[in-house]
Amino acid sequence: MGKSLYQKVWEAHSVKTLSDGRTQLLIGTHLIHEVTSPQAFGMMRELNLKVRFPERTFATVDHIVPTENQQQPLADPLADQMLNELRKNADEFGITYFDLASGKQGVVHVVGPEQGITQPGTTIACGDSHTATHGAFGAIAFGIGTTQVRDVLATQTIAMGGLKVRRINVTGKLSPGVYSKDVALHIVKVLGAKGGIGFAYEYGGNIFDEFTMEERMTVCNMSIEGGARCGYVNPDQKTFDYLKGRNYSPKGADWDVALERWKSFASDADTVYDDVVNIDAADIEPTVTWGISPDQGIAVSDSIPDPEQASNPEDKASIIEALEYMKLPAGQPIKGTKIDVAFIGSCTNGRISDFREVAKYIQGKKVAANVKAIAVPGSQVVDIMAKQEGLDKIFTEAGFEWRAAGCSMCLAMNPDKLVGDQICASSSNRNFKGRQGSPIGRTVLMSPVMVAAAAIEGGIADARETFNF
Amino acid sequence: MIEPIKQIVGTGVPIPGADIDTDRIIPARFMKCVTFDGLGEYAFYDVRYDNDGNITKHILNDAAYANADILVAGINFGCGSSREHAPQALVKYGFKAIIAESFAEIFFGNSTTLGLPCVIGTKDDVDALKAALQADATIEVKIDIETLTVSYADVSFAVTMPASAVEALTSGNYDPINELLAAEQEVAATLKAQAYLA
Ligand code: SF4
Repeated sequence: MGKSLYQKVWEAHSVKTLSDGRTQLLIGTHLIHEVTSPQAFGMMRELNLKVRFPERTFATVDHIVPTENQQQPLADPLADQMLNELRKNADEFGITYFDLASGKQGVVHVVGPEQGITQPGTTIACGDSHTATHGAFGAIAFGIGTTQVRDVLATQTIAMGGLKVRRINVTGKLSPGVYSKDVALHIVKVLGAKGGIGFAYEYGGNIFDEFTMEERMTVCNMSIEGGARCGYVNPDQKTFDYLKGRNYSPKGADWDVALERWKSFASDADTVYDDVVNIDAADIEPTVTWGISPDQGIAVSDSIPDPEQASNPEDKASIIEALEYMKLPAGQPIKGTKIDVAFIGSCTNGRISDFREVAKYIQGKKVAANVKAIAVPGSQVVDIMAKQEGLDKIFTEAGFEWRAAGCSMCLAMNPDKLVGDQICASSSNRNFKGRQGSPIGRTVLMSPVMVAAAAIEGGIADARETFNF
Repeated sequence: MIEPIKQIVGTGVPIPGADIDTDRIIPARFMKCVTFDGLGEYAFYDVRYDNDGNITKHILNDAAYANADILVAGINFGCGSSREHAPQALVKYGFKAIIAESFAEIFFGNSTTLGLPCVIGTKDDVDALKAALQADATIEVKIDIETLTVSYADVSFAVTMPASAVEALTSGNYDPINELLAAEQEVAATLKAQAYLA
């Protein structure tokens, strides 16, 4: 019987079985950012520990960086303290740090792949749940807590129990205007926000074979929204082509050796999975969320759910709770719902391909007068590329603000926040209550092109109509 | 050696709602900190205070439950981000254990490592416990980790917890750092075998 990539990577990285039955797992690559690492370094100092393999940890700053005025000291003293703390820790412990002056800074899950740090056949950990993003390269990549960040720093390992593997096949043909973000939202909707608990998701089928690396990243990114600890796509020629020549990719003869090693990790054809789910690409529509959990999504042409139509009392209660918070009318079309803010960015959809795709459609169009629209590159590298291609101009001419790289309005740790009960069309990954900075702020998740359509129409729109697909 | 955790005895507070995510347990804006100290006062901030900063009618603001030791919740508790700030905030707030219908994985692991046991009960058992606590805040609840039972008044029900977590808590090994450090040579050998080229 064949083995899945998950099993192969797990076995190769198992150090030993611990006394509580869990596995001591080697972490090949460790990524850190300013929010979840300072306390770990504090614990290191308290226990008088050294970073065991500093060359296997990479740091960047993303959550707290302002995207407008980045002059230091930062206006927010707490943010400035976090920035300084990361600098101090990186210096003291000898860790590579892509800081604001590096030209490589950005959201940690954008930086890792574009620097070639994210590679197939390895384990990647970061104190951040969207570490699953790196699974797009055929790595087992997952979020960890701060105490585990300490464990990785001190030992390059963590204690962990194994996962089951669910293969998710998406096959057929996506219709125009349906993007990888819609595939991600659709999977979360179909399997539920907790459907993936205990599982690693292996994504496959012709849709994933045809996806670019960036499209694969968008879906792997949202594995955690479906409850799965990690999600991955088997490495193939696209993976290798993407990595070739990047800063941290192997070079020369090492490249060929690495390639052989990477290929050996792909799931065997006769792998028996713990579960298999088949999804027909034709069933996927441009999808938007209407509630406060990422699985509360509908096709943009559909109506907002009516609690009276719920199949059981729990569903009914959660629909009522969501609609009360979202202030949306049950049973009405979601299309036309007014928005106040439009956000294109984040580790889900803040990559160069996202901005290129949107730029194709917004030329000659204008953001509605009542909408504040911001475009935030996921990294400085994306920012530089976009500017070289003139994308920033296209966005600003259409009425978007073009900002500096960071997590921005994906969460509320920098000045980009919703105010009051503003409603935001967002290309990010979470629509939790209060996620975008106002305790009563409202988030509607969708693809970047759909965000652009909403910005232009001033309300939730079907991008296929707005842009004449 | 840390103290083994075998039993938690104390009062409880039922938290309404399913899918209580980590943003709700500790809103991100309170994560601008370089230590975990002081997070307790921000636990569940956005349900305890309204938009104008006034105290709400949430059960956590009810004086009768102010010193509750055990949090009782619904399904998928702790979903969302990997932030350890969430269980840290709950520990600093004063909780010693959580009973829920299910937990998100990262949250569960983070909590166990901190010595905050999370046990899983069936919906019926958890609902009954919630109702009992709602009616009487002074009820004493006992969680026995070794036998995996929860008892209160004259009720007792079975709960579950992965064997590794039971073992880690009851042996006092829930912070694995010493065991991880001890395997230094095996770790170096496993790393070498990977022949990473970057
Ligand atoms: S962009 Fe959003 S989801 Fe991604 S790392 Fe930043 S805050 Fe987290």
